[in-house]
Amino acid sequence: MGFEGIGASVRRREDLRFLNGKGRYTDDLNRPGQLHAIVKRSDRPHARLVGIDAAAALAMDGVVAVYTGADLAADGVGGLPCGWQLHNKDGSPMAEPAHPVLAIGKVRHVGDPVALVVAGTRQQARDAAEALVISYADLPPVVGVRDAIVAGAASLHDEAPGNVCYDWQIGDKAGVDAAFAGAHRVVSLDLTNNRLVPNAMEPRAAIGDFDPFTGDHTLYTTSQNPHVIRLLMGAFVLHIPEHRLRVVAPDVGGGFGSKIYHYAEEALVTWAAGKLGRPVKWTSDRAEAFISDAHGRDHDSTAEMALDAQGNFLALRVRTLCNMGAYLSTFAPAVPTYLYATLLAGVYRTPLIHAEVKAVFTNTVPVDAYRGAGRPEASYLLERLVDVIARETGMDRVALRRRNFIPSDAYPYQTPVALQYDSGNHVMTLDAALAAADFDGFAARRAAAKAAGRLRGMGISTYLEACGIAPSAVVGSLGARAGLFEVANVRVNPTGSVTVFTGTHSHGQGHETTFAQLVADQLGVAFDQVDIVHGDTARIPFGMGTYGSRSLAVGGSAMVKAMDKIILKGSKIAAHLLEADVADIEFSQGQFRVKGTDRAKALAEVSLAAYVPHNYPLDELEPGLEETAFYDPKNFTFPGGCHVCEVELDPETGVVRVVNFVAVDDVGRVVNPMIVEGQVQGGVAQGIGQALLEAACYDAGGQLVSGSFMDYTMPRADCLPNITVGTESTMCTHNPLGAKGCGEVGAIGSPPAVVNAVIDALSDYGVRHMDMPLTPEKIWGIIQAGRPALAAE
Amino acid sequence: MPQVSLTVNGKRHSVEVEGRTLLVELLREKIGLTGTHVGCDTSQCGACVVQIDDKSVKSCTVLALQVDGASITTIEGLAAADGTLHPMQEMFREHHALQCGFCTPGMVMNAIDLVKTNPDGLTEEQIRHGLEGNLCRCTGYHNIVKAIAAAWPLMHGKKVPAAAE
Repeated sequence: MGFEGIGASVRRREDLRFLNGKGRYTDDLNRPGQLHAIVKRSDRPHARLVGIDAAAALAMDGVVAVYTGADLAADGVGGLPCGWQLHNKDGSPMAEPAHPVLAIGKVRHVGDPVALVVAGTRQQARDAAEALVISYADLPPVVGVRDAIVAGAASLHDEAPGNVCYDWQIGDKAGVDAAFAGAHRVVSLDLTNNRLVPNAMEPRAAIGDFDPFTGDHTLYTTSQNPHVIRLLMGAFVLHIPEHRLRVVAPDVGGGFGSKIYHYAEEALVTWAAGKLGRPVKWTSDRAEAFISDAHGRDHDSTAEMALDAQGNFLALRVRTLCNMGAYLSTFAPAVPTYLYATLLAGVYRTPLIHAEVKAVFTNTVPVDAYRGAGRPEASYLLERLVDVIARETGMDRVALRRRNFIPSDAYPYQTPVALQYDSGNHVMTLDAALAAADFDGFAARRAAAKAAGRLRGMGISTYLEACGIAPSAVVGSLGARAGLFEVANVRVNPTGSVTVFTGTHSHGQGHETTFAQLVADQLGVAFDQVDIVHGDTARIPFGMGTYGSRSLAVGGSAMVKAMDKIILKGSKIAAHLLEADVADIEFSQGQFRVKGTDRAKALAEVSLAAYVPHNYPLDELEPGLEETAFYDPKNFTFPGGCHVCEVELDPETGVVRVVNFVAVDDVGRVVNPMIVEGQVQGGVAQGIGQALLEAACYDAGGQLVSGSFMDYTMPRADCLPNITVGTESTMCTHNPLGAKGCGEVGAIGSPPAVVNAVIDALSDYGVRHMDMPLTPEKIWGIIQAGRPALAAE
Repeated sequence: MPQVSLTVNGKRHSVEVEGRTLLVELLREKIGLTGTHVGCDTSQCGACVVQIDDKSVKSCTVLALQVDGASITTIEGLAAADGTLHPMQEMFREHHALQCGFCTPGMVMNAIDLVKTNPDGLTEEQIRHGLEGNLCRCTGYHNIVKAIAAAWPLMHGKKVPAAAE
């Protein structure tokens, strides 16, 4: 057995079950007596719901029930709650329209749930759903963000006049205006951030189970945060007290944000199981996922930078219009505000920033956090703007960035948009990335490509993000309706093995390995003697789940706190056993030792004494060796880094090939380098997908036209390069591990690097900016349009 | 209802199915082998790939009635009885070629076929092309490509490393 502690690339213990087909995902579970449900969804983007005739459906084989919004209302079922309340510029609260579990009165997007059909088999339920007769009176659809706010646009919600959810701002407007008035030069850029569909490979699923003898409800669901679902669904929707509701999120096949939210189907199966006294199972198919899983991004922005004559950034002004979709998803309001506008300083010492964000409702699927959540939008805006500034001022793009970097000795650094960064070194990550990507050799590669009739480009992105979500008091003051601490319970079993119950949830991140390494390292226990338990509210005291790259920085810190308590209590027990003063006991490598002697007790001896307390200080200590810690972070964490992308374009077809991608990130303390590398590679793949391939496209009539894997371009193996990952770390200064988080950096840093590279490749064609995704069609059009100009030169 | 008889992972089964029952439904719901996954409804994602008579096939695109008399291998049937992993499983683990694990069964089943049908060697480009029918949202494919390249010499009893880093 080699070293398996912090810093070792331990092979994942999860893999054995996944590689043998023994994972247990929600759809793999079946409960005795189980019924199956199909959600009948609106095929209209915006319509009055005139009537639902279920007579034919109810008469079909195997059909047990058909439920509509009226049935839920009659039973006092509440709407789906929003977890974050923002305030407008004038201090008034945002518009927060009702979000019924099943549509009442109106449907507001294609995919809006209209009825639940429950039958003996899934096929019977599906057949019956087809037989439902639903009458609609169509209303004009509102599709794009700009369509939502034009005069005379149809209104989605009575509670949201003009379709505006909120009109919010941050920063010093007067200061920014004054800086612009006195600036040497202003460079501006209009850009969109394309709407994406998260598309975790496992479709969502949920099983409701009800025990008529105890009155207990159980929900099995594909969730990143089972305790949050229990809280939201129990308290706001179904009014089930928490001690009567268990939520289990077993193996979950990817989330990327889309499985954070409390969805209608979770409430539907839980409620229906209670009504029918039998388990009810629902599993999404992929077509359904496209129109019911929360989408991501969808911004339309204008960014302006005021500069002095030397290229110093004086002030940044940003106006963003963002899409909430038809209803507010759980964390939607926070994403384009506190996870976006607060990141607009990026890695630069821009002294003045003002951002205005207007969020609107449209007849589209709700939009919420998707890997990176607000921060990819901020880094994309900044890093595209910086490249445009470099081109228009004639400055070197690397020199311009270096000139404006926050110097490493300026940390901790207070930005003009609320955040205080604790640590970072942007020159270090930039230099490492440029070296790894052979930036200096690029001119020769470009010349060689040109000689072969191809266009080469290189793009860089220097970014910073805020994660390790989040200090509760801070987010509370910003409108969050929940705390964002994390919980760990560490149980040293009588014979010295350790069981850790964590409130975070692993759905691909490899927590069962990483956390076991952390605990093995700190407690000096063998890796295989540590078991990590997650995903079940009946087993874990509490937890806020996994998103915002928080699991190690917040969840891992909670484990460290709990282990500190274990060591403290263990020291007292050891002092008793060794007849020494507790002040003389030191703990290292699993041994409680009397300082300066060879007298020691192993953790297993101490734990046995704690559970068999025959020789034990019972008047001073309780038996047992188990501790719980709630850890509330003191600040966000701030990973950052530099991504470099090299592309080659075929001018005949407009096809882009990413020939090299280098990511050098500062993620703080690394526990398992292999897993960190995999996280970054996966994030970069999603970023390349956003930059080149992916878009959730609605037609003018409000239909999602990229609504299947035949139409929505998921990155495949043959559209991606090898992705070189490096880490150059500075430590987080405010958590006990120094960890910053690595789950989202790939998706945050990469899109601007890719787009900057393509624009660079097209530098002879007079293109200033193109909106993502950079499809062959768009690129080919630029090349065709640019040819006459080149020929004339 | 019609009956279908087949061998799955060496074990004989006779099961009643509807005419519309898909092979993947037969495996997951009737035989209880839930290692084979369903990730889409358009035969694009490849999470459901199994081997029918040693050929990798998307089991969401085959009717149960079509495999009457066939021999099927699923992800559950790869490892030896004593738990020894198939070289492809071993290399996926060694190279961290899986994260959430959902695409993994189909990815592994297809990768085995890809290696078997290319006995003269596999370039990185061939591997990437050969994975066209399998989607992964977690890994960016980098480590999957590495794992398959590393499994090639093991499966062909050779020491020569295949392409890819």
